[in-house]
Amino acid sequence: MNKFVERLKAGKVLVADGATGTNLQKVGLVGGIHTEDWVFDEPKKILDLEKAFVAAGSDIILTCTFGGTRPRMQGAKHGDQVYEINKRAVELAREAASARDDVLVAGSMGPIGKLLKPYGPLTPEEARDAFAEQAKALTEGGVDFLLFETHFALNEVDAGLEGARSVTDLPIIVSFSYDRGTRTMMGVKPTDVIKKYEPMGVTMVGANCGTTLENMETILTEYGAVDPGFPLWAKPNAGIPRFSEGETIYDVTPEQMADFAKRYVGLGARVVGGCCGSTPEHVAAIVKAIKN
Amino acid sequence: MSEELKKKMAQSIIDGDVETAVALAKESIAIGMEPMDAISNGFVVGVNEVGDAFGRGEMFLPELVMAGEAMKAAVATLDPELRKRGTERRKLGKVVIATVEGDIHEIGKTLVTIMMSSSGFEVFDLGVDCPAEKIIGKALEVNADIIAMSALLTTTMIRQKEVIDELEKEGLRGKFKVMVGGAPITRDWVKYIGADGYSEDAVGAVQVAKQLVGVVD
Repeated sequence: MNKFVERLKAGKVLVADGATGTNLQKVGLVGGIHTEDWVFDEPKKILDLEKAFVAAGSDIILTCTFGGTRPRMQGAKHGDQVYEINKRAVELAREAASARDDVLVAGSMGPIGKLLKPYGPLTPEEARDAFAEQAKALTEGGVDFLLFETHFALNEVDAGLEGARSVTDLPIIVSFSYDRGTRTMMGVKPTDVIKKYEPMGVTMVGANCGTTLENMETILTEYGAVDPGFPLWAKPNAGIPRFSEGETIYDVTPEQMADFAKRYVGLGARVVGGCCGSTPEHVAAIVKAIKN
Repeated sequence: MSEELKKKMAQSIIDGDVETAVALAKESIAIGMEPMDAISNGFVVGVNEVGDAFGRGEMFLPELVMAGEAMKAAVATLDPELRKRGTERRKLGKVVIATVEGDIHEIGKTLVTIMMSSSGFEVFDLGVDCPAEKIIGKALEVNADIIAMSALLTTTMIRQKEVIDELEKEGLRGKFKVMVGGAPITRDWVKYIGADGYSEDAVGAVQVAKQLVGVVD
């Protein structure tokens, strides 16, 4: 059995990692650079961050491949090496994970960044092929499972699942970003997501990024009302950022995040982590709170 | 009869129904309705309603996009009649819009373009990853009223400030109103960079733009 599924079945609650983007910005990632380019250009900085999460107690490390689909990589320095970037990103995450026993690696697959027809220019076939290519590289690189994260549109995830399923049998998790209350910008509700994707055989559904820690509670409650006991994924931001004197500041402390993490587990979350603004300290606090 | 027709026009926009909007526009021409009347008191009423429902969290991006499509189709259908009568649609103002250099996020910016066009602005969309000189150059070329800039990343929002600084440097700041938007944009940021306005979403952006050009609803 797949190692990840095995641990879920054994009733374990797992802790994922924190933010990739906002933490890499602290060590020099600037606008205009595709984060995925750093897999080739600054691999040590990615590795150091991932190692810090492993040291903080993360059971799951996400690959630095959020924007690693071909259409999204258009214009990136290494935009012609989509497969290689994704595969290499898995190797980096694997290397970080090897510092402790049983740390799993999840292949991160974010939105393509253009809307699908009829709302935008992308055809379902283009989206399917883009995700299939990424899923193949992540799978061959050796991830334990695939994670569609920060998604907002059902048609894009439908295409993504079709693409991923055409190249791999790995477990798949679907995580949406609800940033208009408990709806995504397309108006998708948690209820829609679990009702649609649970029957399609995804391993977990959940939410990441979004708005506040309180909002994540509401979202998990809505998921849980549809099928109590179905494993949920929760990876909220460290709150909504504010801007002060040229700095972007996330105010949520590790302790606050840890308190909420416990509530998420009570609502059915089986993996908890952090998105934008979440540091290794946030992860360490979550680990301490839910593993003791 | 014409009041009934205008209600149907508004509804076709609310429904995002391109075909019905076009059919109603044709019908209005056939019965001799003043095309500006059809736009202002028919179709635009629907645009406003969709905007309000979006603001209340009852409609979402798909409804906005489809309403924009229906509006575009209706105006295109009425356009020959407008020209024939020499009453081209009064533009609220000219807007040059772009996502700033280094930032490739286009969804929010495109939505603002749709809503502004639907509401009667003439919008020049320069796309994503757009350098300051290109934005300013276009604004000068078309004699824009408003420069609108989108940035989704905390690392690229600084480019909005750079455009404003560049306008100052060239003595052009007074020539254009500047509005900004994007997920990380806050009131504090707008104050800090000296922009004239901002909005959290595409519908609010239309209201801000109207205020900036002195149009009162």
